Amino acid sequence: MELVISLAIGIVFGSGIWLILRPRSFQVLAGLMLMSYAVNLFIFVMGRLWVDAPPLTPAGTTPNPAVLADPLPQALVLTAIVIGFATTALYLVVMIGSRGLTGTDHVDGKEPEL
Amino acid sequence: MSLHWTQHLILVPVLLPLLVGAALAPLTQGWHRLKYWLSYASLLGLLATALALIFMTDGGHWQGGMGIYLAANWSAPFGIALLADRLSALMLLLTAVLGLASLHFTRTRWGRIGVHYHTLFQFLLMGINGAFLTHDLFNLFVFFEVMLAASYGLVLHGYNAERIRASMQYIAINLAAALLFLLGTALIYATTGTLNMADLAARVPLLAGDELALFKVGATVLALAFLTKGAMWPLGFWLPTTYAAASPPVAVMLVLMTKVGAYVVMRLWLLIFSDNAGAAAGFGGDALLYAGMATIVFGAAGMLSTDTAGRMAGYGAIVSSGTLLAVIGYGQPTLVTAGIYYLIGSTIAVAAFLLLIELIDRIRTPRSAMLALTMEAFAVEDAPDEPTGRGVPAAMAFVSLAFAACALMIAGLPPLSGFVAKFGMFHALLNPHIDAGTGVAAIPAAGWTLMALIIVSGLIAVISMMRFGVRTFWASGATEPPKVHRSEVAPILFLLALSVLMTVQANPLFGYLTRASDDIHRPGGYIGRVLSEPTVPGPGSAPGLAPSTLSPQEAP
Repeated sequence: MELVISLAIGIVFGSGIWLILRPRSFQVLAGLMLMSYAVNLFIFVMGRLWVDAPPLTPAGTTPNPAVLADPLPQALVLTAIVIGFATTALYLVVMIGSRGLTGTDHVDGKEPEL
Repeated sequence: MSLHWTQHLILVPVLLPLLVGAALAPLTQGWHRLKYWLSYASLLGLLATALALIFMTDGGHWQGGMGIYLAANWSAPFGIALLADRLSALMLLLTAVLGLASLHFTRTRWGRIGVHYHTLFQFLLMGINGAFLTHDLFNLFVFFEVMLAASYGLVLHGYNAERIRASMQYIAINLAAALLFLLGTALIYATTGTLNMADLAARVPLLAGDELALFKVGATVLALAFLTKGAMWPLGFWLPTTYAAASPPVAVMLVLMTKVGAYVVMRLWLLIFSDNAGAAAGFGGDALLYAGMATIVFGAAGMLSTDTAGRMAGYGAIVSSGTLLAVIGYGQPTLVTAGIYYLIGSTIAVAAFLLLIELIDRIRTPRSAMLALTMEAFAVEDAPDEPTGRGVPAAMAFVSLAFAACALMIAGLPPLSGFVAKFGMFHALLNPHIDAGTGVAAIPAAGWTLMALIIVSGLIAVISMMRFGVRTFWASGATEPPKVHRSEVAPILFLLALSVLMTVQANPLFGYLTRASDDIHRPGGYIGRVLSEPTVPGPGSAPGLAPSTLSPQEAP
C-alpha cells in the first residue's frame, strides 16, 4: 500500500509541476490544483497509513492509542484543503481579470513574439 | 485564578485588526472617511500594544522576558502557544510603525480607489502580527496564508494591466511556496510528532538515523517556503516586478513581508539547530551563508542594471534580505544583534524610498496617467478630488533632500542608521569568538568575503542611486515643483525621523537588541518556559499543573 500511495502522490505532483511550467494561465491553475491534491494526500499519509482505525474515541472508554489513527494530520489536511481552495479560487478570479484586461490567457499578459 | 490582564495583551495584535477589518467590510465607499479613521485607531492601538509588550518583556515583568498565551487554555505542546519576547515585540512595533506610515499615505488618494482597501490592510496586519507571535508551525502556516491572501488583494489594488500581470506571478509563486510549507510541516510532524516549536526544539536532539535525515529534508523544504518569501537567490525573481507594480503604500507592507520570511528563518533556525541540538546542530548554516551572499550579489547586480526607481527599491530589499540571511547563517550571536538592527534600519529606509518614488514620479509625469486608468477600470463613480488643501511649500527641495537621505540609508553611509548597522556588523565580524582550543581569534574566509560583499553592495547602491538622482533632479529639465500633499509628506518625514532617532539612540537600542539576541540564542530557557506554562484551572477543578514529560534542556 505504501508503494501505491507514494507513486500516486509522486505522479500527481509531477504532473502538477509540469503544468505550472506551461505558458497558459489555465494550465498553471490546473497544475497548482493537482499539486495541492498531492500535498493534501501527503499530509494525510504523514500520520501513517492505518486500516480500520478511527481517529475517534467513544465516550466513556479509555482510549487505546494502538488501535486509533492519528487525528492531527486529518485536522491539518482539512485546514489545508480549505485554505488551498480559497486561494485557488482567488487565483482564478485574477486569471479572469487578466484575460479581460489584456485579451490573452498567457501568463505574461502578452503573446510571445515569434 | 485567572490570567493576569497583561497576558491578554499578547492576543491584541491579532484580534484588534481582525475585528476592525471585519467591522469595516460592510461599510460602503461613501463612508471612506470613517473607514480611514477606524483603521487609524486600530493602528494606534497596535502601536500602544507593541510598546506595552516591549515594556513588559524588557522591564522584567515576565519571567525570562517572555509572555505566553495558551490559546483556548490547552497546555503546550498540545495547543497553540502565542509567545511575546523581546524580538517579537520589536517586530510588532516595526509593523505598527510601517503600517501607520503606509496608512497615512493613503489618506488623499490610494485609500479611496478600492472598496475594501482598509479591510484587506487590517487583515494583512493581522497575518503579519500573528506570524511574529505564534509558536506553532501549522498556526504559522495559517497566519502566513492570511497575510498572503490579504496581500494578493492589496497588490491588485488600483487595478491595471501591469499590476494584474505582476500579481498573477506573485500569486502563483506564493501558492507553490505554500505547498512547500505544507510538505515541510508534514514531514516535520511525521518525524518528531509535534508542531510546537519549543517541543520540537526539545525533541530534535533525540533524533537519529533515518528519522534525522527525513527531518532535515522536512526542514529544508520548509525553509524553501520562507526563503521564497524572503527572496533568497534563486527564489526571489518575483520580487522586483511585484514591488514596482504595487501601489506605494502596499509596497511598503510588502517590504515588511519579505522580512517576515527572514525573521522566521532566524527564529526557527537558531532554535531548532542550536548548538545543543545534538547531531543536527548547525544544520544548513553554511547554505544560508552562501545563499545569502549570492543574494547580495544578485541584488547589487540588479540595482546596477535597472533605471526604474521601483525596481531599484526591490533590488535594495533583496540586498538587505541577502545580508540578513548571511548574518543568520554565519552563526555568531553578536553578529545577529547587529543584523536585527540592520533589518529594522533597512526596512524603514526602503519603505521611505518606496513612498518617495510616487512623489518623484510626479516630477517626471505631472498628471498621473496610472490613476486615471485605475478609476476607469474600477468604475469609481466619485473620482477622488485632486489633493486638496494647501500643498507643501518647497516641494522640490523636500523631495530631493528626502531622496538624498534615503540614498544614504540604503547605501549605508554616515550619518544615518544604515551606517550604524554596517558598522555594527563589521565590528562583530572583526571580533569573532576566541577559539577555545587554540586561543586564537581567527576570522574565517567567509567573514572577509561577507564584509567585502557588504562594502561593494553599498558602493553599488551609491552609484545607482546617484545615477537616478542626477537624471531625475538635475538632468530632467523639470522646473515645476510636483504637487505634494501634506498627508504624503508626513509619513516620509516620520520614517526619516525614526531613522535619525535610531542613529541617535543606537546605544540603548543595541542594548535591547543584545538582550533580544541572547533570548533567541538560549533555547534551553525558552523550551522549559513554554512547556511548563500552567493552564488556567476551570471552575471547581484542581489547580493547573505542568503537563510536560520532557525535561527541558539546560541553558548553555
